[in-house]
Amino acid sequence: MSELQTYFKPEVKSLPFCPGCGHTTNLSHLDKAMKLINADPKRTVIVTDIGCVGLSDQYFDVHAFHGLHGRSITYATGIKLANPELNVIVLMGDGGCGIGGNHIVNAARRNVGITVMVFNNFNFGMTGGEHSVTTPFGGLTATTHSGNIEAPLDIIGLAQVCGAGYSARMTTFDKELPSIMAEAMTYKGFAILDIWEFCTAYYSPRNDMDKQSMIAISETHNLPFGILTNRTDRTEYTVALKNQEAKTLKASPDLNQRFDQLLDQKIELVLSGGAGQKIKSTAAILGQAAILSGGYASQKDDYPITVKTGYSSAEVIISPENIDYTGMTAPNAALILSIEGFNKEKSKLVAMKAGSVIFLEEGLPEFETEATVIRKPFEAIAKKIDRNSVALVGLGALLAETKWLSRESVESAIGISQKAAYLEMSLKALKAGWELGNQA
Amino acid sequence: MIQFIDGNEALVQGALKAGCDFFAGYPITPATPILLSMMTELPARGETAIQGEDEIASIGFCIGAAMTGKKALTATSGPGLSLYSENIGLAIMGEVPLVIVDVQRLGPATGSATKDASMDIQFVRWITSGGYPVIALAPSSVEDCYLLAIHAFNFAEKYRTPVFILSSKEIGQTRMRVDLDLLDAPAIIERESATPSQNGKVKSVSFNNSSFQPICTVGGDELSRFTGSSHDEYGNLTKSPGMIEKLNEHLNTKINPEEVALWEYSGPDRPETLIISYGIVSRSVNQALKSTHYPGVGHLILKTLWPVPETILLKYLSSADTIIVPEMNHGQYALEIERLKRHDSTLISLQQVNSELLAPERITEALKEVSHV
Ligand SMILES: Cc1ncc(C[n+]2csc(CCOP(=O)(O)OP(=O)(O)O)c2C)c(N)n1
Ligand code: SF4
Ligand SMILES: [Mg+2]
Repeated sequence: MSELQTYFKPEVKSLPFCPGCGHTTNLSHLDKAMKLINADPKRTVIVTDIGCVGLSDQYFDVHAFHGLHGRSITYATGIKLANPELNVIVLMGDGGCGIGGNHIVNAARRNVGITVMVFNNFNFGMTGGEHSVTTPFGGLTATTHSGNIEAPLDIIGLAQVCGAGYSARMTTFDKELPSIMAEAMTYKGFAILDIWEFCTAYYSPRNDMDKQSMIAISETHNLPFGILTNRTDRTEYTVALKNQEAKTLKASPDLNQRFDQLLDQKIELVLSGGAGQKIKSTAAILGQAAILSGGYASQKDDYPITVKTGYSSAEVIISPENIDYTGMTAPNAALILSIEGFNKEKSKLVAMKAGSVIFLEEGLPEFETEATVIRKPFEAIAKKIDRNSVALVGLGALLAETKWLSRESVESAIGISQKAAYLEMSLKALKAGWELGNQA
Repeated sequence: MIQFIDGNEALVQGALKAGCDFFAGYPITPATPILLSMMTELPARGETAIQGEDEIASIGFCIGAAMTGKKALTATSGPGLSLYSENIGLAIMGEVPLVIVDVQRLGPATGSATKDASMDIQFVRWITSGGYPVIALAPSSVEDCYLLAIHAFNFAEKYRTPVFILSSKEIGQTRMRVDLDLLDAPAIIERESATPSQNGKVKSVSFNNSSFQPICTVGGDELSRFTGSSHDEYGNLTKSPGMIEKLNEHLNTKINPEEVALWEYSGPDRPETLIISYGIVSRSVNQALKSTHYPGVGHLILKTLWPVPETILLKYLSSADTIIVPEMNHGQYALEIERLKRHDSTLISLQQVNSELLAPERITEALKEVSHV
């Protein structure tokens, strides 16, 4: 690529900012910086935030992206993630650093390879000179008539503690600003520049700002100038992402019919127990076995947010026909394995009609219901195999009794869905349950 | 292939089928499983999925990536959708192809996080200031999640616009038996790159509504200009009332409602009683109509909610003396039917917001009350 004389559009005669506005000088510094790195316009994106600074992108012959107030870093991150080859520059105001501060924090933590240039004029220029997160103590603005009493944000300090790779605080007068901008743009990681400048319409006249007062603010607020971070120990985010090992995908099992259909009615079953009793996976095995037998199934799990404690329930419908409605108020079958599950589902158990069947862990409380109640020592049997196998013991007993599905179909579903480590234990549990059910 | 999967899983499969190659999202029940799946599926394909620091960042990443050439997806639920609002305005104004899944849950604020409802129907229609047309599709089944994901990406690419998929907890998180290979999936639409016009310049957007909307890619060989402010076709900011009118007229009319109308109808050609449903409630209606035959009753399931598929609605509304609109909200879509129905017909808005599914019995009861049935 041949070197460009300027990155400003040829038709640009002047910039739109107030006379003496720092944005004008900063943009000519940026133009010089792009020349210094011989930036390819087609691979350069200027993302602007909102505010007077947000007018900047349209004057350059590079890709221009103008989004929402405070969110420029998010678009820049998306662009960088989508195409890591691009040189992505964010131009934002101190206003943007307030409303979008969360994105500075997280872009720095990620060390995503974008360059953020903050045109810091200590107030909101565009909306009329209100105070911003960087307004110094005592600063007079449209919204701090008696002087600002909020501590100014140390933008660089914030970025540093969040892991930013490169940072510098400069003023718009600094001769080295173009070369620092160039260094920031070529830095492989998150780079942020806090560039102090004038808002000649509001902040500067209200506070008699000049070069000297900027130096004074730097000293009194302990906000030093210069390159403040240049880390070599962090990997840029898109590079780190590529270096990560992708998880291998599990192929979804094919559940084509392999077994005879034994079911001649729709069964609505509630399976409930305590956390850790493998309720969800057992419900899935039941559904899969029904499908492997040419039927239909639905499964809905329910558990508290605190997954390791309390109840765990699943509603499973198995049917020889397509299932439309998946709600369940009075199921026609239940398998209840613990007191947590019992308490959770008691209202359903009580509502169950004659002809329904409830399999219950021995020793759970007595209650009134029209359904047939069968109590079995599932837990005692499971303990001999594996504490976690109680649901499969229960399922085995229930199916042996009701004959809704063949044992082979359930074994096949176990084979499909269980990890090799659990396979043997699961088959043993099913067998023990089946024998228990057959004892009637 | 027969699978036992839920709507969230089917939606991921549909999105991948459509060519989705970028995902960003923030965890929220009941949409989290989509984030988790995408975080394994996309890296395994050499593509990027990322958990944002919040929903605002997540949709921001998607907008940036989409304009850089990616087919981007994000998924959330009510509270997150609320945070998307301002960026959805940007996506409409900047004409960003983007698919947004809302796995609806009950209530304003945190509401009932694990309970089903369809309470965001009018919200997505008016989700951002300015109030421009959006496309919103509503699955009623696991199969629909797959199919509508593909349609959503197609519509997003064709019209350069955010497209919503209004799923819900019950559809998203209830596993069902499905065979996605048997479905009539649409062909995949790929985006068109903008090429220089006669003056040698490339338009960033085209205010010509009749054609496919080409895109000038951020970081591509033609310089792109993207902005959320009023602009001309080259992305230059404008203050000209004439240009501003052209832009807004374009945004207001660019989506052709007929082209995006998706629906299913069963019943007589000229129903006397018409049940109009969408989302999970459609299945309750199906169940009610399966058990008893009601002559004269038709069931129209809307898969496209916005823009309102008026032609098909008017067709069946013209003969209907009674219209039943069951919804798991306080009658949000009934408002649309009210303005389209014959003035001398009766609309019964069946509403339920109590964390339970609207049961088939409520449909049966409503039908009993309709005298001619
Ligand atoms: C969400 C939102 N809130 C408020 C505004 C109004 N607004 C426009 S510019 C601006 C402040 C800009 O200040 P700064 O970022 O410092 O840029 P400057 O004008 O000083 O260059 C605000 C609050 C907006 N555009 N969006
Ligand atoms: S208002 Fe302030 S920031 Fe805006 S252009 Fe004028 S001087 Fe610059
Ligand atoms: Mg400012």
